[in-house]
Amino acid sequence: MRLLALALRRFLWMPPTLLGLTLIVFSVSHIIPADPARVLAGENAPVEQVEALRRKYGLDKPLPEQFVRYVTDVVGGNMGQSLYTQRQVASDLVERLPATFELALFAITLAVLVGLPLGVVSALYRNTWLDHAVRLVTIAGLAMAAFWLAILLQLLFSMQWNLTPVQGRIDGWGPDPITGFYTVDALIRGDFATLATSLRYLFLPMITLAIPAMATIVRFTRAGVLNVMNSNFVFYQAAMGLPRRVVIWKYILRAALIGTLTQIGLVFGNLLAGAVVVETVFSWPGLGTYAYNSILQSDYNAIMGFTLFTGAVFIGMNLLVDIAQAVLDPRSR
Amino acid sequence: MKTLRRLARDRALVTGMVIVSLLVLAAIFATPLSNFPGHVTGFDPAFRLKPPGEVFWLGTDRMGADLYSRLLFGARLTILISISATAVAVLIGVPMGLVAGYFDRWYSDLLMRVSDVFLAVPQIVLAIAIAQTLGPAIQNVILALSATYWPFWARIVYAETRSLRNEVFIEAAIAMGASPLRVMVLHVLPSIASSIIVRTTIGMGATILAAASLGFLGLGAPPPTPEWGRMIAESREFLPQAWWYATAPGIAILLVVMGFNLLGDGLRDAIDPRIRRGS
Amino acid sequence: MAPDLLSVRDLTVGFATENGIARVLDHVSFAMRPGEIMGLVGESGCGKTTLARAILGVLPESAGIDSGAITFGTTNLLGADTQAIRGRDITFIPQDPFGSFSPLFTVGDQMAELMRWKSPERAAGERGYKRERRRNDAARIIAALKAVQLPDAERLLRKYPHELSGGQRQRVMIAMALLPEPRLVIADEPTTALDVTIQAQILKLLRELATERGASVLFTTHDLGTAWEICDRITVMYAGQEAETAEVADFFSRPRHPYTAMLLASLPTQGSALKGIPGDVPSPFTPPPGCRFHPRCPRASEICRASHNETAEPAPGHHVRCHHPHLWPAA
Ligand SMILES: Nc1ncnc2c1ncn2[C@@H]1O[C@H](COP(=O)(O)OP(=O)(O)OP(=O)(O)O)[C@@H](O)[C@H]1O
Ligand code: SF4
Ligand SMILES: [Mg+2]
Repeated sequence: MRLLALALRRFLWMPPTLLGLTLIVFSVSHIIPADPARVLAGENAPVEQVEALRRKYGLDKPLPEQFVRYVTDVVGGNMGQSLYTQRQVASDLVERLPATFELALFAITLAVLVGLPLGVVSALYRNTWLDHAVRLVTIAGLAMAAFWLAILLQLLFSMQWNLTPVQGRIDGWGPDPITGFYTVDALIRGDFATLATSLRYLFLPMITLAIPAMATIVRFTRAGVLNVMNSNFVFYQAAMGLPRRVVIWKYILRAALIGTLTQIGLVFGNLLAGAVVVETVFSWPGLGTYAYNSILQSDYNAIMGFTLFTGAVFIGMNLLVDIAQAVLDPRSR
Repeated sequence: MKTLRRLARDRALVTGMVIVSLLVLAAIFATPLSNFPGHVTGFDPAFRLKPPGEVFWLGTDRMGADLYSRLLFGARLTILISISATAVAVLIGVPMGLVAGYFDRWYSDLLMRVSDVFLAVPQIVLAIAIAQTLGPAIQNVILALSATYWPFWARIVYAETRSLRNEVFIEAAIAMGASPLRVMVLHVLPSIASSIIVRTTIGMGATILAAASLGFLGLGAPPPTPEWGRMIAESREFLPQAWWYATAPGIAILLVVMGFNLLGDGLRDAIDPRIRRGS
Repeated sequence: MAPDLLSVRDLTVGFATENGIARVLDHVSFAMRPGEIMGLVGESGCGKTTLARAILGVLPESAGIDSGAITFGTTNLLGADTQAIRGRDITFIPQDPFGSFSPLFTVGDQMAELMRWKSPERAAGERGYKRERRRNDAARIIAALKAVQLPDAERLLRKYPHELSGGQRQRVMIAMALLPEPRLVIADEPTTALDVTIQAQILKLLRELATERGASVLFTTHDLGTAWEICDRITVMYAGQEAETAEVADFFSRPRHPYTAMLLASLPTQGSALKGIPGDVPSPFTPPPGCRFHPRCPRASEICRASHNETAEPAPGHHVRCHHPHLWPAA
């Protein structure tokens, strides 16, 4: 029951947060520029076109009125038209979402699968050469510019060793979407050739995104495990002679993981942010590349739509994490 | 003295300190240190894309400019951007956190909610939106970064001020009739200075990374400014032949960000012995 | 006389700290007989917990045993891995009954985990957990909870630790300490975290149950009154050394060590205020030469300052570590 109340409270915080986010994006798009209509039309557009846009989007109205209209539009799924694709920004984003999500899910899975055990081992063998090595790698992983890592991997794996495709998501057009995740779609159809191809394309962008995420997970897991290892119940269990492996793998790990879990929401958000540059390098046809192209084209609505959309996904992720944590920790039930 | 000696024993901290000092020195002495100080932004078709060698230590770029010299001047830019962006973020975030934490009025909640909203989007995404609106220029990068990073300081200052509110020495100062401003500046601020310093050190690393990303996306200083992120973006056309072109600025970013992170971690461990490693 | 159950000889333990080595236990010696309740009394910081941890074989990493021997029955506890003995022959009741449970598992899960590894029915090195033993262990758990006066055991087992009161949690800890049918229970200030009213109940319960089951208890406290109520014998510690060991009656009526005498004199009696002992506890880094108590001792002489005081047994079963003990006529 407490759990339900907590979920509800967190859920109720979503609309105000989203509204605040909309206000920020609105300020950036309508208040900062001297002439939003000019920005929207592009620098070289004729004056008549600018004026037409101004009337069409109500940019000649007072700001509060504009904001109300902006919010109503966004709530109705209308983020305006993309200058570049000439389509609704919202449908552009939805169309590109599966590619980014597939990539992000692969990356976070890899990051968790590698990062968790590394963090645990690093804590258990702290101050040994193993621990030092792991920590050096995580420190470097957190300091590396994602786009540089992407280029480096591309240089080695694709150009030097010819192991993976340089860029793209699939050969040709890709399978007809069922879920939009090429790997899953290929599996559903039993098309293992396509599965293999899409995995080859996934490989480098996944690694690039996974490395900083992994570094964060290692850090938090290591700190969490060390923290729990110093707790009284671990001392009690040792004093009562419970086998060390049971204490570590069952009691310490479970407690430390709850802390790591809260980080995973944050890490996932950073993955989406990292996707902008990483997708660009690998021409991965997802949200990130879309955002990059919009920047190149000064495609204003598209950039604002991307910002709002990422924010909404991020907020939703954090809500899920909060609830998951409450489910896992009996004290918050 | 004892604290100093302990700090010196901390390898991570010392490494961080050395890297950061080197960066600062490189930025200050970019002109005497570089091989071709006058030619950082020049165009010299004869020397295009030369691999590293005796004349061009780190090779040349597509304009025929010496990469080593460009890196040095890029350090100047990096320092300028990260210091000013962080400074502005500190100047917004710290007073905001102080006020929200010290007073317990309706606006305390509001201020913190606002910072929550800013934290609800990944920083770099918001910075991209702002930088794009403002157009590619150094001061716009600084503005975009400070406008998105200030909530980190607001958060930490708020939390620490809140927990200090009930400390005896704060209450005593209030009882003695000190004005709120006086209490905040003379009593609260010194007590939380160490947290702010740690956060700022790590924040420097984060803003350098973000600024490089903006540069890479073409939202930073316009060419031919020797900005590290932009240099990497430019290099992509010439891969895999000109491998050195991307390598040098990438390593520079890696080292500098690592330096700030190590320094921040080390300072935190030194300041807060409870979380000292290995104990 | 029966052979000793536990004997600690000349145990010396140091902690490596930033300021050098802290000698927290210095040549501590005492012995426990089977079935007795022994009180280990001393001021905060005198080394009681460290001694308990040394016996259990779970000293922190920064601690090192410099010399001495700990013998349990015929087993040398130092040197060998005591994991099989801990929780089976020697069990432990912690000071903090809240933090000593994992917050993420039910009380039932944690009791079952203990029995899975430490049930008296478990053969050494047994693998797996057979249905029959599981069933017997479950019955033992229920019975143990009844014995510590926790009714409605089934419901309690399904609860999480934070849903129990402090007294309930400590009763569960006692049940867990007795479930493996140990020969020795080490209770490190088991009631300091509880209300005074509950303290007495729980201690009486611990005494009763341990006596019924023939288990000895090494009971740590800084409160002489509690020790007097439940212990058969008492060892007083001062600054990392044992000062005196005696039967309770002897201890209170014929204290021989000046420190014990002063402690007893400082007990609050009706009408008189509590008198402390003047002076400070010495630092474990630079203990005074000779007797560690001499800076505060009214009987101190030249020899006390110069030479180490050895433990002697002036009367049978009465050990004292002092150059000039109080002398009492034989009882
Ligand atoms: N991990 C440690 N590192 C360094 N010194 C320690 C450590 N643990 C304990 N000590 C020191 O050892 C001495 C004895 O500590 P111990 O906990 O054994 O005392 P105690 O008699 O149990 O005290 P209390 O009644 O407060 O529980 C103290 O001076 C303490 O400061
Ligand atoms: S040995 Fe000397 S100083 Fe120590 S307690 Fe006995 S009389 Fe006092
Ligand atoms: Mg203790």
